[in-house]
Amino acid sequence: MSDPIVKISGLNKWYGEFHVLRDIDLEVKKGERIVICGPSGSGKSTLIRCINALEEFQEGEIVVDGIELGPNLKHIDAVRREVGMVFQSFNLFPHLTVLDNCTLAPIWVRNIPKKDAEETAMKFLERVKIPHQANKFPGQMSGGQQQRVAIARALTMNPKVMLFDEPTSALDPEMVKEVLDTMVDLAEEGMTMLVVTHEMGFAREVANRVVFMDAGQIIEANTPNEFFASPQHARTKLFLSQILR
Amino acid sequence: MTDIASPSFVRHDLVNERPAPVKTTGFIGWVRTRLFNSPTNILLTILGALLLWFTIVPSVRFLMVDAVWSGNDRTACLAENAGFAVGACWPYIQAKLPQLIYGFYPEAERWRVNLTFVLAAVLLVPMLVPRLPAKGLNAGLFFFAFPVVAFFLLHGGGIKGFGLSWTAGLLELFDDSIIGAGNVLLNLSKTSAVAPLLWVIGNLIVLVGTAIHWLVFPLIWLRDQIQGSGQSVWVDFAVTTAVVCLIAFFLGGGLRTGWRALASSFATFVAIAIVIKLMGLDHGGLPIVLTNLWGGLLVTLVVSVTGIVTSLPIGIALALGRRSTIPLIRIFSIAFIEFWRGVPLITVLFFATYMLPLFLPGNFTVDGLVRALIGIALFTGAYQAENVRGGLAAIPRGQGEAAAALGLSWWKTTSLIVLPQALRHVIPNLVNSFISLFKDTSLVSIVALFDLLGSLRASFSDPKWSTPSTAFTGFAFAGIIYFIFCFGMSRYSLFVEHRLNAHRRN
Ligand SMILES: Nc1ncnc2c1ncn2[C@@H]1O[C@H](COP(=O)(O)OP(=O)(O)OP(=O)(O)O)[C@@H](O)[C@H]1O
Ligand SMILES: [Mg+2]
Repeated sequence: MSDPIVKISGLNKWYGEFHVLRDIDLEVKKGERIVICGPSGSGKSTLIRCINALEEFQEGEIVVDGIELGPNLKHIDAVRREVGMVFQSFNLFPHLTVLDNCTLAPIWVRNIPKKDAEETAMKFLERVKIPHQANKFPGQMSGGQQQRVAIARALTMNPKVMLFDEPTSALDPEMVKEVLDTMVDLAEEGMTMLVVTHEMGFAREVANRVVFMDAGQIIEANTPNEFFASPQHARTKLFLSQILR
Repeated sequence: MTDIASPSFVRHDLVNERPAPVKTTGFIGWVRTRLFNSPTNILLTILGALLLWFTIVPSVRFLMVDAVWSGNDRTACLAENAGFAVGACWPYIQAKLPQLIYGFYPEAERWRVNLTFVLAAVLLVPMLVPRLPAKGLNAGLFFFAFPVVAFFLLHGGGIKGFGLSWTAGLLELFDDSIIGAGNVLLNLSKTSAVAPLLWVIGNLIVLVGTAIHWLVFPLIWLRDQIQGSGQSVWVDFAVTTAVVCLIAFFLGGGLRTGWRALASSFATFVAIAIVIKLMGLDHGGLPIVLTNLWGGLLVTLVVSVTGIVTSLPIGIALALGRRSTIPLIRIFSIAFIEFWRGVPLITVLFFATYMLPLFLPGNFTVDGLVRALIGIALFTGAYQAENVRGGLAAIPRGQGEAAAALGLSWWKTTSLIVLPQALRHVIPNLVNSFISLFKDTSLVSIVALFDLLGSLRASFSDPKWSTPSTAFTGFAFAGIIYFIFCFGMSRYSLFVEHRLNAHRRN
C-alpha cells in the first residue's frame, strides 16, 4: 500500500543549453496528494509533463506504477494509460461534443464498445455535476464547466495518477471554486494527485505534502502545516510572503 | 425628497404600442436605409443599376429574345432568313449536344456513359445529404467500387485473373527489375574505374533478386497452373477470397471476435463476384472504347472528379509530411510541393503527354488520358497540401498534447483530432482549389484530349452550322455548364462549412 506509485530519481532535463530540471528526486505514494508550487519559470510544468512523457528528458528515471520511463521513453503508451492530465487551457476537443470528448479515448485506446463508453462517460460527467450538458460543444460552456469536463475526460480512462497543471489559473474567480470543489471530491475518493497550483487554500485543505520548486530544483517539501507555518528556505519565505500577502 | 421620488421623467401611465414609422420598415424603409441613405450610396446605387442594365439586358436579349429556337442547319440562324438580328443559335447546340457530351464515343455504346453518370449521381447525391444513413458504406462504394466499375464501363475490356495473378505479376515485375538493376551494374563494372566495388554490389543485388525469385516461385507456379485451367478468373477469385477472408478473420481477432470481419469481407467478395458476372468481365467484358475517342463533358467530368478525389489525400499526405520530424520525409514533401507549384499546369500536361513516354521503358505505355490525370492530380495535390498545411498550423499545440496525454497514438491523434479540425478551417480554400481545378481541366485540350471546351471548338469548324453567332452561342452554353458545376460546388461547400462549424456558434 505504501509503495510509491510515482518514483522520480535523478531527473535532469535541458532545453538546449538551458538546465530546466536539476537532479529531481520525488516519490509519490498511492493516494497521496502533492501540491507543487514555486515562482514562474521554475520548471513546475516541465516536471509534471515529464511524468506522462509530454516532454523528453536527458538523464534520470521515472517509474509510474512499476512501469519504467527512461530517457529513451520506451513505455510511453503504457505510462500514459495510467496517468491522466488536466491542463491550464482545458484543451478540450472543440469539434466534438462533451460526451464525445469523454468517450474518444476509451473507444480508441481501450477498445471499449461505444455504448459502455458512453455509460461510463455519463457517470463521470455526473460526478463533475454537468450530465445535462453532455451534448453541448465545449465552446458553448463556461471556463469552469470546460475544466470540469476536462477532469471527467481524464477520469474516463481510469488513471491511477492525476496530474493538474495550474487547472484554475485561466478561470474567473467565481469559477475557481467549482473546479477546486471537484478536485477536493476527487481527493476524498483517494485519487493520487500531483497538482501545480497557487491556490494555497487548496494546498492547506487537501495536500499531504507541499513541494516548493525554484530554478529547476525542489528546494523544500513538507506537510502543509509545517510548510506555511515555518518555511525553512529564504526563497520559500519570500515566495510565501508575496503570494499570501 | 419628493423631487427624487417622482421626477418629471418617470411615466405615470404606460405608453401604448405604436407601429414603427413607415419610413423605416418594409420595402420603402429598406430602400431608404440601404440604398439611398447617403450621397455616396446614392451614387453607388445608380452605378450598380446602370451596370445591371448594361449586362443583364443584352444577355437576356441575346440568349432569349433574339434567339433562334429551331432549325435544321445554319440557314435558320442567318439574319436574312430569320428577319431580325439573330442572337443565340440554339438549334446548333441541339445538333451538337451528343458531341459536346460524349465526344467521339461510338453512338451504339453511349448508354455506357449514361449508365456511369447515373451510377455516379445515385452514389454521390445520398453521400452529400447529411441526413441519410450508412455514410461509411456509401463512401466506400463511391470512392473504391465506383471508379473500378466506371473504368470497365467506360473503357470496357475484361480481366484474365484476380488477386493472386496480380500479386504474382507485381512480385515478378519487382523481382525482374531488381535482377535487371544488378545486371546493369555488372555490365558497368566492366568499364568503370571502381569496377570491383560495382561488381560486388551488382552480384549482391542479383543474388538477392534470385533469392526473391525462389521465394515467390510457388506463387508464380500456382498462377501458371490457374491460368492453364479453363476457369482461370473464377479459380483465382476463389483462392483470393479464401486468403483475404482468412486474413481478415485472424486480424479481426480470430475465433472470438473475427466473425464480423469474416462476414463483411465475404460479403464484399460476393458483391465483387456479382459485378464481374453482370459485366461479363470473366469473358472479355464490354467492347473496348479507347480513350482517344472519349470527349466532351465526359472527359471534363472524368478529369475533374478524378482530380478532386485524388488530390485531397495527396495534399493531406504531403502537408503532414511537410510537418514531419523525420528529415527525409520532410525534405521530400517540401521538394515535391515546391516543384509542382513552381511549374505551370500547361508544362505539366505537355511533359506528361509528350515527354514521359520517352523516359518510360520501351514496352511500358500509359494511356494518354491517364497521364493527364496523374499530372493534374499531382499538380492539384501540391496546392491542396499548402491549403491543408494552413489548417494544420491553426491547431493549437495543446490539442495534440491533450490527445497524447489520453494515450492516443500519432495516427489516431492526427485522424481524429487534428485533421478534422484543420480541414474544417480550410474548407473555403479547398473548394477554391477544386473549382479552379474544374476550370483548369479545359487545358487538357492542348494535349489532344477533347474535353467540353475542346469538343466545342472542334464543332465550330462544321460548315453546316457556321453562322456569325455560332461561336458566341457555343461559348455561352459552355459558360453556363461550367457555371452550374462551379456554383453548385461553391454553394455546397458553404452548406458543409456552416454545418461542420456548428461547434463555433454559441
Ligand atoms: N520549449 C521550450 N524551449 C525552451 N525553454 C523552455 C521551453 N518550455 C519552457 N522553457 C523554459 O523552461 C523554464 C521552465 O518552464 P515551465 O513552464 O516548466 O515553468 P513553470 O514553473 O511551469 O512556470 P509557470 O508558473 O509560469 O507556468 C522556463 O524558464 C521556460 O522559459
Ligand atoms: Mg507552468
